[in-house]
Amino acid sequence: MVAGAKRLARNAVGAVAVPAVAIATALIIGAIIVWRSGENPLVAYSSLLTGAFGSRSGLGESIVYTTPLILTGLSVALAFRCGLFNIGAEGQYIVGMTASAWAGYAFTGLPAFLHVPITVMTGAAAGAAWAAIPGALKARLGVHEVINTIMMNHIAIYFTHYLVMGPLLAPPGNSPMTRPIADTAKLQRMFGMGRLHAGIIVALLAAVVVYYLLWKTTTGYQIRAVGLNQDAARYGGINPTKSMVIAMSISGALAGMAGAVQIQGLQYRFLDLFGFPGHGFDGIAVALLGQNHPVGIVLSALLFGSLASGSMQMQSVAGIPKDLVGIIQAIIIFFVAADQIIRRAIRLRLPGKTAATALKGGTISGSGDAV
Amino acid sequence: MIAPMSRSLSDHSDIILQMKQITKRFGELLANDHIDFEVRRGEIHALLGENGAGKTTLMKILYGLFSADEGEIRIDGKTATITSPRDAINRRIGMVHQHFMLVPAFTVAENIILGSEPARHWMFVDSREAAERVKRLSEQYGLRVDADALVSDISVGMQQRVEILKALYRDADLLILDEPTSVLTPQETAELGATLRELTSRGKSVVFITHKLREVMQFCDRVTVIRRGRKIGTLDTADTDPDELASMMVGRAVSMTVSKSASSPGDEVLAVNNVYARDSRGVEALRGLSLSVRAGEVLGVAGVEGNGQSELVEVIAGLRRVDSGDIILGGVSIANMRPKDILRMGVSHVPEDRQRRGLILDFTVWENMILQIFDQPPHSRGLLLQPKQSKESCYSLASEFDVRPLDLEMRAGSLSGGNQQRLVLARELGRRPRLLIVSQPTRGLDVGAIEFVHQRIIEERDQGTAVLLISLDLDEILSLSDRIAVIFEGRIAGTVDPASTTEEELGLMMTGGTTSRSKEVSSAW
Repeated sequence: MVAGAKRLARNAVGAVAVPAVAIATALIIGAIIVWRSGENPLVAYSSLLTGAFGSRSGLGESIVYTTPLILTGLSVALAFRCGLFNIGAEGQYIVGMTASAWAGYAFTGLPAFLHVPITVMTGAAAGAAWAAIPGALKARLGVHEVINTIMMNHIAIYFTHYLVMGPLLAPPGNSPMTRPIADTAKLQRMFGMGRLHAGIIVALLAAVVVYYLLWKTTTGYQIRAVGLNQDAARYGGINPTKSMVIAMSISGALAGMAGAVQIQGLQYRFLDLFGFPGHGFDGIAVALLGQNHPVGIVLSALLFGSLASGSMQMQSVAGIPKDLVGIIQAIIIFFVAADQIIRRAIRLRLPGKTAATALKGGTISGSGDAV
Repeated sequence: MIAPMSRSLSDHSDIILQMKQITKRFGELLANDHIDFEVRRGEIHALLGENGAGKTTLMKILYGLFSADEGEIRIDGKTATITSPRDAINRRIGMVHQHFMLVPAFTVAENIILGSEPARHWMFVDSREAAERVKRLSEQYGLRVDADALVSDISVGMQQRVEILKALYRDADLLILDEPTSVLTPQETAELGATLRELTSRGKSVVFITHKLREVMQFCDRVTVIRRGRKIGTLDTADTDPDELASMMVGRAVSMTVSKSASSPGDEVLAVNNVYARDSRGVEALRGLSLSVRAGEVLGVAGVEGNGQSELVEVIAGLRRVDSGDIILGGVSIANMRPKDILRMGVSHVPEDRQRRGLILDFTVWENMILQIFDQPPHSRGLLLQPKQSKESCYSLASEFDVRPLDLEMRAGSLSGGNQQRLVLARELGRRPRLLIVSQPTRGLDVGAIEFVHQRIIEERDQGTAVLLISLDLDEILSLSDRIAVIFEGRIAGTVDPASTTEEELGLMMTGGTTSRSKEVSSAW
């Protein structure tokens, strides 16, 4: 039991070390950039912090930004656990928005406790269907999912453009948008914290469900087996094709749900898009930083969400362009993706004996097993 | 007798290499613990030890791939600092790795000169000069290669000669060979022995890393035994025998022969009838193969690698399509059935590559143990896994098969090779199969683990299981099989009785017999 607890602690340290160092490095480099451009880094970061957490509405706004990132992060991570790279979360997000906007006004007379989940699930179903296409192409014909999901993103944007200009166009048709959703489909605003809405509950529930799905169910077992070693999975009687289609569909459902939550909690209608909203793409970064684990994803989504919301304040109060946040995010991703740089740096700081253990994500805290 | 022993060699002036008190740690693991090692000019010196004993680590330190934490290396009596293979090559040390480092798309000559190409003008490779030099070198040492052939087209034995020539081309005086026979046929192994003799007669020295006792006795002048990072002793092979070496290596007395009673075969369990199948590149790999295995017997399939062994196993397990012919298991045709359904019919399969196929290395021990049965009770109920039940049954199986450490939450990839194989065996035998397919069951395992695996296979046979054993290791085939089928070019070339056959006879059948020796083999020599 003690050994188990120790391993748990060690694994946690190992999993957190790289992202933590990546974030710290990014903040330091960000500070240098601010300083070199003649501003005060302390002012920049303190206004960033107060913007993100300094007020009730600021905190609410941070969570509002965090919500879709949790869902798209989960989406990318779940596909990744099955060995698939779902770049199409963006497109699945877009069709999820459109579908839920439709369900939000098309169904009438439903009580909220039915209409809200039905609308969320319609968005999820649209995202799942959108993702199942590249999933099936990959599984049946071996067509690479990266190419297909990217193309599906573009199809999504033009397809929804058609819908919102045509069949779903709200009368009188002056502006390209759908009709507003019914009040019964709206996610409730909460705690009087600005725009904070119940979508965060949906996102956190989804994180719990994904955790259980991956580690507690036979479906999750198969998804992980296929993702880690397709040959061994096939040898064990698992059908990799089936697992891939399932994983891709669930992944798409999560991204579609992100779109639905945006509609039901914030926009209340689908507005024609003039470019990619980017939440799906950010989901890739969130999943990467969160090490494809639901807990890590919630935390990294919160980081990116609060950076985004705090940057508004930083720009308006301290006059520092919010692009700084983009730079910091990029540097974080760079270091997480190139994690060997960090692993090596950590190893260099430690005395020779423990170097190899540290490299394996081991006893960085210096405690180790007292065997 | 087993106590550490080391004879004084200080009176030998002709010592090419001395490694003194070499120590290397990997984290907590002491891979080399103050090892002394000496090589005389003109000898073949075996470095013997189980997997993970630290032999390859020691040689990688010598070759500049690892740096020692402590200790000294002397070459020709002078202290040498070696921090990269480049340094080692400059000190006239050459290494032939277990997995060859050749460029398949280059010719033999191009591979040999790679990195030290003779230049004409400032940037053009003088390929005629290169071919000429390679030819001279290969004639000088009797290492026959076809300088103009592509490496992808030549036999494994020739590839190894190319590796040796590569080292000689760089003027190596001391040649390190890491498990050189693991990929060779018996004939090629004998040829390698002759080659090494030729080299040492010309003053070259050889370090021969191995865990096979027979080769030590056959080829080597002296042997240094390493166990768990420590040097146990250095002996003249003339003064020792395999039993002594085995116990030095393992630390206890080991039985080198498998004890088994005569088989009492029952009904036919598996029949493979005239099966045709293609390999992953679409080339026909099985060409009308037929064989049959009865309950309670071990049918050994002997053959040179790449004659259809892997494909044979895969078609039976449902992992590869059968183009024509039929496979009958207990009276039911299983050709082209889903792997899952074949598993459920009582087929267990210990795959040849436990790391690529047998295990999911990033899964824990218990997760691996339920690979085929995770969706059956008691391992799951509905959609939910039942880890508690799985871990209980995993614990009893893993302890029965002595998987060490007995830690169910450990990554399978962190286990040693021998323990990974124990885990696979525990899982496959734990399913109580009717037919057990074992492919290369002891590849890369040490003496202790081999003994265990062999015993379990025989026990399984004695319980009435039909066993199909595929192995490249002739000793293994000879000691375990009740009948031996020789596979050659996708067909069974013949079935013999292990009691009445000889290695020579098998060797001939494995290469297509005297009359139709494969082109590759005959052109190689």
